Amino acid sequence: MGSHSDGTPQSGTVATTGTTAMERFPDPGLPPHRPRLTDVDSKAAKRAERQVVLLFLISILGSILFFIGYFGVRVDGPIYDVTDTSATTALWLQNLLLGLGIALGMFGIGIGIVHWARTLMPDHELVEERHEVRTEEQRAEAQSILTTIYDESGIKRRPLLRNTLIGAAVLAPLPFVGLLKDLGPTNLAVLRQTLWDEGVRLVRDPSGTPIRAADVTLGSTYHVVPENLASIGHNEGYLDEKAKSVVLLMRLDPDTVNVSPEREDWNVDGIFAYSKVCTHVGCPVALYEQQTHHLLCPCHQSTFDLVNECEVIFGPAARPLPQLPITVDADGYLVARSDFQEPVGPTYSQRGTHVEEMQGEAN
Amino acid sequence: MKALSQQRRHPLAVLVLMVLALLLTGGLYAVATTTNEAKAQTQTYTAQDVEEGQKLFLANCSTCHGMDGAGTPSGPSLVGVGAAAVDFQVGTGRMPMQMNGPQAEKKPVQFDDEQVQQLAGYVATLGAGPNVPEQEYLDVAEGNAANGAKVFLANCAMCHNAAGAGGALTRGKYAPSLMEVEEKHIYEAMQTGPQNMPVFNDANITPEEKRDVITYLKTLETAPSPGGFALGSLGPVSEGLFVWSIGLAVIIGFTVWLTSRSA
Amino acid sequence: MSTSTDYEYKAQTGTGRIANFVDTRVGMSPIVKEFGRKIFPDHWSFMFGEVALYTFVILLLSGTFLALWFDPSMAALEYEGSYVPMQGVEMSAAYASTLDISFDIRGGLFLRQLHHWSALVFAAAVSVHMLRVFFTGAFRRPRELNWLVGVGLFLLAIVAGFTGYSLPDDVLSGNGLRIADAILKAIPIVGAYLSMFLFGGEFPGHDIIPRLYIIHVLLIPAVILMLIVVHLFMVVVHKHTQFPGPGRTENNVVGFPVGPVYAAKAGGFFFIVFGIMALMAGTTTINAIWNYGPYDPSPVQAGSQPDWYMGFTDGAVRLMPGTWPWNWEWTFWGMSIPMNVLLPMVPIMVLFALMAAWPWLERWVTKDNREHHILDRPRNAPFRTAMGAAGVTFYTVMLVAASGDLIATHFHVSLNDVIYWLRAAYFLAPILAFIITRRICLSLQRKDREIVLHGRETGRVQQLPHGEFIEVHEPLDEYKRYRLVDFPDYQVQPPQPNGKGRITGTEKLRGRLSRWFFEDRVAPVTPAELEAAHHHHEAEAVTAGPQDRELVR
Repeated sequence: MGSHSDGTPQSGTVATTGTTAMERFPDPGLPPHRPRLTDVDSKAAKRAERQVVLLFLISILGSILFFIGYFGVRVDGPIYDVTDTSATTALWLQNLLLGLGIALGMFGIGIGIVHWARTLMPDHELVEERHEVRTEEQRAEAQSILTTIYDESGIKRRPLLRNTLIGAAVLAPLPFVGLLKDLGPTNLAVLRQTLWDEGVRLVRDPSGTPIRAADVTLGSTYHVVPENLASIGHNEGYLDEKAKSVVLLMRLDPDTVNVSPEREDWNVDGIFAYSKVCTHVGCPVALYEQQTHHLLCPCHQSTFDLVNECEVIFGPAARPLPQLPITVDADGYLVARSDFQEPVGPTYSQRGTHVEEMQGEAN
Repeated sequence: MKALSQQRRHPLAVLVLMVLALLLTGGLYAVATTTNEAKAQTQTYTAQDVEEGQKLFLANCSTCHGMDGAGTPSGPSLVGVGAAAVDFQVGTGRMPMQMNGPQAEKKPVQFDDEQVQQLAGYVATLGAGPNVPEQEYLDVAEGNAANGAKVFLANCAMCHNAAGAGGALTRGKYAPSLMEVEEKHIYEAMQTGPQNMPVFNDANITPEEKRDVITYLKTLETAPSPGGFALGSLGPVSEGLFVWSIGLAVIIGFTVWLTSRSA
Repeated sequence: MSTSTDYEYKAQTGTGRIANFVDTRVGMSPIVKEFGRKIFPDHWSFMFGEVALYTFVILLLSGTFLALWFDPSMAALEYEGSYVPMQGVEMSAAYASTLDISFDIRGGLFLRQLHHWSALVFAAAVSVHMLRVFFTGAFRRPRELNWLVGVGLFLLAIVAGFTGYSLPDDVLSGNGLRIADAILKAIPIVGAYLSMFLFGGEFPGHDIIPRLYIIHVLLIPAVILMLIVVHLFMVVVHKHTQFPGPGRTENNVVGFPVGPVYAAKAGGFFFIVFGIMALMAGTTTINAIWNYGPYDPSPVQAGSQPDWYMGFTDGAVRLMPGTWPWNWEWTFWGMSIPMNVLLPMVPIMVLFALMAAWPWLERWVTKDNREHHILDRPRNAPFRTAMGAAGVTFYTVMLVAASGDLIATHFHVSLNDVIYWLRAAYFLAPILAFIITRRICLSLQRKDREIVLHGRETGRVQQLPHGEFIEVHEPLDEYKRYRLVDFPDYQVQPPQPNGKGRITGTEKLRGRLSRWFFEDRVAPVTPAELEAAHHHHEAEAVTAGPQDRELVR
């Protein structure tokens, strides 16, 4: 195992990289080039050429296939119709043909060109020297230019010019920051109120029908919105109001539930209404396990215990879900006693203040 | 056997058990795809049905639910659950339970249709409860998929996933997939609220709305996903997994070919 | 046209005349001279940056098509298209137009799927490209700034993805926006105002989709494009890095010229990537928004997750306990501070800060300020590889946590247990990954030493005259050997006193880090060692024993 080298070193190992004085193996230089089959066998080269041509032809066929799918498959009629799935199947077929057509069109070109490069273009590795990002002369020259610019501008000799310019440049962009102010309102009080109020009926989402207390049987759950939500148009803030006022309603066995003294009259014979908006980051807490009496949020798995006024028993939420005080009206329908007595949904800095204000109003 | 009992306390025993349990559940899941064609006519039960049902009940159910169906510490009372609950629980193989777990799982059905009917007839006599659904509420040709989608997304999708693919509940419980479930079993599940599923009585979701929900689910089931493979309809997780496994594997395959020397 | 010269070149062919026309106007010749035969080294792992670039081009193309039909408006209307389950449903114009693109515009579904799959692959390619750069040490001087540009592109890819994911205004993306709103609100003092500014009032309002739209189609792509230009410009300035090997030095680039080989390969690869994306779009459903329904604050679906590139944030939030061991909603000076939302964001920011600062950190610890154009094989930089593996593991634990519910249903385990295990893994798995990866790297280095010293195992067994069986080891040729011995050998740099003769606290810390990084190391074989091993062989004619593997401490 001598250290002979058959190739001349491609470049002198210029010591820019101050290696330690350790003894190292010498660089043997580039290994000798091994010819490919297509370099030595003209038949192989001819075969490779034919393969490339074939691949380009496949690409042409692929583009034609696209148009077969585009014009040849007719998709009319209802999509996802339980009685007639022909249009859905046609759409599936069309999508498949468009995808296959374009895929073949692209693969044919791509694989063809790469095959051409790998087999028919030279595969000799070449060497290019690296150069310094900047040389010392360039640096010196640039520095002297900059000094000249600096001197000629006079910025050093006339500091008043410089200082007033800095002041102006700092202020000039500020109007554009100011213009952002009207991106949205700044009154946070809206976060406190929902559509719920004394006497507002609880109605089913999405049908909007009111709910009799007797219809809420043990083990059942209702997804509820306030009755007055229907009076708000979809273009007048319907979703904004719905986002705060969605409520989950269920009946529990009154004997198994722990109710704190100030909430004694917030339920109707074990029918409880809780805000559906997670106190963590606002997903709808909609999964009700009727045997364990747990509410589960599908986004981050916060689990609330209905038996203990929705206290958090698992997951990232830190606060119980707000309870909506409810009662029954003269016709036997469930109605709210008042609005929520704390802001619903996730925490914001001013929430604590809002809670105090709301409880002050309630008392 | 002695060696085995000694090994029980081995720290790895839990792991082995878990692996076995996984294999078992996987195996069960694999065979649990039998569909039985039930012609659920409007149900009235003859005295003979009830009598036969009682025999079946005593032999198969009374250990847990008690001789009179009033429940024991190991099984709930069946008084007032109605024929619908029996038809669902026994008709999907969930009952009789094979072992205690977080919840009763769908299994191969243990009884034939007639026996299920007899059992349902007997349990219906224990106390008034929902009967098996009328045929007219199961006819998807009559249902309105658009309304069904609304009701489904508002009441069901949070547990069962928007495409009915199922989802997780707490502590090992789960909401099962709703694909390949018979119409009447979907109806009965809504009506009776099996296990941790809430009850959706007729005041909450009317029989017509239940039919709409069934129609929507059958729509999802019968129509092919127009975009191609649905990847289990599980949403972004399976899509991400697809990109990082198959997508990247194909790309890497091409890069290796592209940069390798030709022979 | 220049008339001052005596001789004016006249092209013979048509193409030549056009080329000459352009050349005499803008000066193409120097550009061709500079780039025509520029050398690019070839390695499969160098291609991920191109995958990212190409998927970005596909995103621009398919996105432009989608913008022809998409209506970024939250005005309500009643759907009347051909998708039966939504007929007559009140929805935003954004969602309705997305349904129209999917079902009523021919090829629209294909374009949507092409765009979304490309977005997922774009983010994945950017990530893998960054991992390649990290694990091979390609970020070292002079490429630190380009690493920063790459970090910026990675973050922009995430923002681009999230804004696009939100545009269809379906239930899934709407809940994603609601979470974004809550995280914004959690910011102390200004949070609620920021949320009101972003949404133009209360969530969801009527402004968010148009605002996200202009950010998604104009602002972010423009910035990405600009950064790509800067990124590629710097690649040209630095020239590409290369793996160590015979003939490859810090002062040269060995590879193939742009014209014709590299242009053909890279150009062909664009079509291949396009083909892969088209195949995915044609055969595999992505983001079936028709299943989710139009955004409404009441419904939600099991398995609500963001796209994979946002998954780690979702997982971090899932892992944080809200009430254990104490309640994490704190009150300061009357302000409610939800630490259960804010705290999980801190390690993420630390992770990204460490990632961005890594080139400087490494340079500080190793005191290696040399230029590096030869890459490290990951095993030859065990400290860095192990740190990277720890970071990747930390990220992956969070990403896995985002699918905790699906793990529970698909592996029949308890959702709660999955979270408990992942909470433990969040702290322990990165440490384990560090230790294990470092050990693996050191072992691989020792294996390399073994091969250099004693040759490759051939699998041929011979019987010696006195009856002993040995396996014949074949010595490496010098080219293969050079590949295994040419790597920088970092050693512990003990703390150095500063100009005043004192060892500062930071210098002590640097010394400790240096020891932690390099106290276990395997040095490359020197010619003297190889020589000794040869004599050893001739004397005893046996294969290597463990005493030959030395761990230089």
